[in-house]
Amino acid sequence: MNCLLCGVGGQGTVLASRLIAQCAMDAGAFARTSETIGMAQRGGSVVSHVRWHDHAGAIPSPLIPLGGADALIGFEPGEAVRCLPYLKPGGAAVVSVNGVTSAVAALSGNQPDAAVFVDYLRKAAPNLILLDGAEIARRVGSAKTLNMALLGAAARLLGFSVESMLDALRKRLSPRLVELNRLALEEGAAASGSARTVNPKEGSI
Amino acid sequence: MSGKMLLMGNEAIAYGAVDAGVSFVSGYPGTPSTEALEAVARLKPPGAHVEWSVNEKAALETAAGAAYAGARALVTMKQVGLNVASDPLMSLNYVGVKGGLVILSADDPGPISSQTEQDTRRFAQFARLPVLDPSSPEEAYAMARAAFALSERFRVPVLLRPTTRVCHACSVVERMKPEPLVKPSGFVKGKEWVIFPRLSFEAKKRLVAREPELADAQRPFNFIEETRGDLPARIGIACGGIGAAYAREAALSLGLRCRILKVGASNPFPEALAVEFINGLDCVLAVEELDPVIEDGLRPLMDGVALRGKRDGSMPIAGELSAAIIEDALRVMVPALSLDGGKDGEPPPLSSSGDISTCGGDKGVGSAPSLIAAAALRPTEAVSGEEMERQPRLPLAVPIGGDAAAQAEGASPNAAADEPAPTPPIRPPILCAGCPHRASFYAVKRAAKGRKAIFCGDIGCYTLGNAPPLDMVDTCLCMGAGVTIAQGLKSADPDAHCFAFIGDSTFFHSGMTGALNAVYNRADMIIIVLDNRTTGMTGRQPHPGTGESAVGEPAPKADIGAILLALGVTSVRRANPFDIEEAIETTHEAMDETGVRAVIFEAPCIAVAKPGRPMAVDASRCVGCQVCVKALGCPALSFMPSPYQQGRIAARIDASMCTGCSICSQICPTECIQPLDGPKGGDTA
Ligand code: SF4
Ligand code: SF4
Repeated sequence: MNCLLCGVGGQGTVLASRLIAQCAMDAGAFARTSETIGMAQRGGSVVSHVRWHDHAGAIPSPLIPLGGADALIGFEPGEAVRCLPYLKPGGAAVVSVNGVTSAVAALSGNQPDAAVFVDYLRKAAPNLILLDGAEIARRVGSAKTLNMALLGAAARLLGFSVESMLDALRKRLSPRLVELNRLALEEGAAASGSARTVNPKEGSI
Repeated sequence: MSGKMLLMGNEAIAYGAVDAGVSFVSGYPGTPSTEALEAVARLKPPGAHVEWSVNEKAALETAAGAAYAGARALVTMKQVGLNVASDPLMSLNYVGVKGGLVILSADDPGPISSQTEQDTRRFAQFARLPVLDPSSPEEAYAMARAAFALSERFRVPVLLRPTTRVCHACSVVERMKPEPLVKPSGFVKGKEWVIFPRLSFEAKKRLVAREPELADAQRPFNFIEETRGDLPARIGIACGGIGAAYAREAALSLGLRCRILKVGASNPFPEALAVEFINGLDCVLAVEELDPVIEDGLRPLMDGVALRGKRDGSMPIAGELSAAIIEDALRVMVPALSLDGGKDGEPPPLSSSGDISTCGGDKGVGSAPSLIAAAALRPTEAVSGEEMERQPRLPLAVPIGGDAAAQAEGASPNAAADEPAPTPPIRPPILCAGCPHRASFYAVKRAAKGRKAIFCGDIGCYTLGNAPPLDMVDTCLCMGAGVTIAQGLKSADPDAHCFAFIGDSTFFHSGMTGALNAVYNRADMIIIVLDNRTTGMTGRQPHPGTGESAVGEPAPKADIGAILLALGVTSVRRANPFDIEEAIETTHEAMDETGVRAVIFEAPCIAVAKPGRPMAVDASRCVGCQVCVKALGCPALSFMPSPYQQGRIAARIDASMCTGCSICSQICPTECIQPLDGPKGGDTA
C-alpha cells in the first residue's frame, strides 16, 4: 500500500504518517515514510509518503512514484489538487473541505476559494470522501486534531481498524493528549460513512 | 529494549551509536541532522554525556578530547556545519583518536533547508577519511554501529553521511543486542597528541599507506547484487546512499534484471569490486545524489565499457533524485524497455559467476565492523518474481523530469480530460503567525524609513524575513556572517546604516566572534539580536541562553546583553518587539549613536510561549485599506468580501492561527482589530 498525505505546515501530517506506519508495522508489515521537515514546513506545502508491504524489498525507496498512491489524504483541498497526480487511477482520496489561506496569495489579493478545489476533486477523484474538518474540530474542541479526524475517516480504506489506530496513537502520544485525539479519530471514522454526500458550503456531515 | 521499531533515520543512527556504547555525544542543530542528538538525549544512556555545543567546531573538539581518553564519541551536524568543523577535522585525521569517533554530517540534496549542495564524501576524500553512506534507516543503524569499531581499528574519525531522505525517512529497524558500555581507559600522555609539522609529515604517509588495508576493512559496506526482473540486460547500476534505494525501485518497476554495485564506503574507492562489477557489462549508470563521486571512481576502471551519469547529463547534476529519473535514464540505455513489456528482445546472458549474489557482501572479513555489517547491511529482502508480479506497475506514461514537485503540478491521471485542474495558491515557507521576528523586522523597517540602510541577515527562521512584504534581508551567507558582512559593507559604503540581524542561537554559534571583531576594528553598525530564547528553525533546541541542557537539566544561563558589553559594544538596549512604538523608538536611539551598538528584541518563539487571546477584525469598521495585510504578511490575516459594504473588502483573522501578538491592531488606522471577546489580552505571555 502507498498512502500520500498532503497539507500545510503545522497541520499535523507528520504525526499522521507515523501513525499509519506504526499501524502497518503492528500488523506485521514492513513500513517506510518520508516527510517534509525543516524550513520547508513553516506554513509551506508539505507532503508525507507512507508505504508498507509484507516484503521490504517490494518498497525499496521511501518515495511513492507519481500515479502510485493507493490513497491520498488531503488536509487542505488546494493541496489535495496539487498532489492528485500521485493518486493511482481509481485510488481513494479523503480530503478536508476547509481551505487554509496562503499569506502570499492574500498579499496579492487573489486567494482562490476552497470550493473551486473541492468541485474539481469531485470530478477528478471519483473515489472521494469529503470531510468537514472544521466542524469536527469544533465538536472535539480543538483545531489541532484535524489529522486524527482524517485518519479516522481513512482507516477503513487503508485496511486498519479504528482500534488499531488507537493502539498506535497510544504508543506515539503522551497520555494526556490521547483522549482528545481518540475523540477526533472516532468522529472522523463515524463521519466517513455518510460523508460522501457532504455539502461543504453548509458544513454538515 | 530491542526488537523491531519504527525509527526515523536520524533516530536509527542514535540507537546505533547508543548500542555501540557511545559515551560522549555533541553537536549543533542543523536540518537534516538534528533529531540524532535529540534522540540520544531522550535515550539518556547511563553514564553518557550529551551536549548541544555552541557550534560544530566546538562539538568536534570536545568529542575529540573524549575520544583521546578512549570514549566512544558521536558528533552530529549538517553538511555546512562540517565547514565550521573543518578546522579541527583536517588536523584530527593526522593526530587520530583512541576511542571510536563518528561524525554524522547529514547532506541535503535539493537543497531543501540549506545554503549549499556540498557532498560530505568529497570532504572525506579531502581529509583522507572513511565515509559511510547509508541508503535507508535500517542501514544507517548498522553503519552507525559499525563505524565506531572501524574508527578504533584505524584510529581515525569516521564520517557518516546520510542524505535528507534517509535522515527523515522512517522505517522498521531491528535493534540488535547492544555492546557493553566500555569505560574509557583514560588519557595517556604522549607526543602523538601534539600536532607538529614533523608529525603531520609522518601521519600523512601513514594515512596513505593504510589505504589498502582500509579498503579491505570496508568490503562489507560495498557489494554487488542482482535485481530480479524478467527482462535481463547487460547493464549495471553503480549507486550509493538513497540512490541505491531509487535504483532498486526503478529496476523493480521496469521489471529489469541487471547488476547493481552498491557503494556504502566510497573512500578509498573499492576498485577491485568495481572491476568485477564492470566485467561483462555493456554500459554502467552511476546513480548518486550530489557529487559524481562513485562515477569518478569508476571512470578510470571502465576499460571501454560505457559510463553514464552526471558528467554526460544522463543524471541531473543538482537536486534530489527519484526512481522516475532513473527509470528515464534506464529506458534510454535499454531500448527494449521503451516497448511495452519488452520481453521479445533477445536477452544477453548475465555473468553467472558465483560472485554476484542478491544479498551481496563479502563475508570473509572477520573484523568487528564486518560482523555487524554482514548481519545487517544486506539489502532489503529480495522479492521473488511472483511477489513482484503482485506489485503495482507504474504506468509507463507517467511524466518524467527533474523536479518531483514540478511534475506533480501536471494534469492528474484521474482528471476528467476536458477540465484543467485549478491552480492551487503557492505556499512558500513563511514566518509563523505571531512570530516575534515579524514584529522586529517591521519595527526596524519603520525606524530606518527614509534613511539609507542595509539589512544583513543570518541563518535561522528569520532568513524568511527576506520575503515580501517585510523584505528585510539584503544579505545572507552562513552562520554568524551577518555581523561581519555588515562591518565590511559599512567600511565600503559609509553613508549607509548597516544592521546585522542575528538570532540568539546563531549569536552564540559564531556571532560573538564577529561582534568582537567589529568592536576591535572600530566599526560603525547596529547588531539586532532577535532573542526568541530557542533554536527555532530546527525545532526548539536549547542553547547557552536558555538555562537548560540538551537532556533537559538546568544549566547556567548566558546573558547576551552582558556578553555584548563585555565584548565592548558602545550600548546595549532591550525592547519588546510586540510594542511597536517602543521598538521603533529604541531603534531610533541606537541609530543616533555611533560605534557598534546593539538592540536586543526579546520575545519568545511562538513554539515555546503560550498563545494569547486571538484578535478579531470588526468588519463593520474595517475600511479595507489593507494596511495590516500588506505591511505584515501574517498568515493569520487575509481578506474577505465585506459583509457590510457591497463591493468592498474587509480584513479577516483566522482565530485558530492568531496568537494575539497584537501588532496588526497597533498599526490598523481605524483601530478595528481588537482581542476576540473582550477588550483585554493580546500579549504573548
Ligand atoms: S495579532 Fe495580528 S499579526 Fe499577530 S498573529 Fe494575530 S493576526 Fe497575526
Ligand atoms: S488595517 Fe484595519 S482597516 Fe485596514 S484592512 Fe486591516 S483591519 Fe481593515
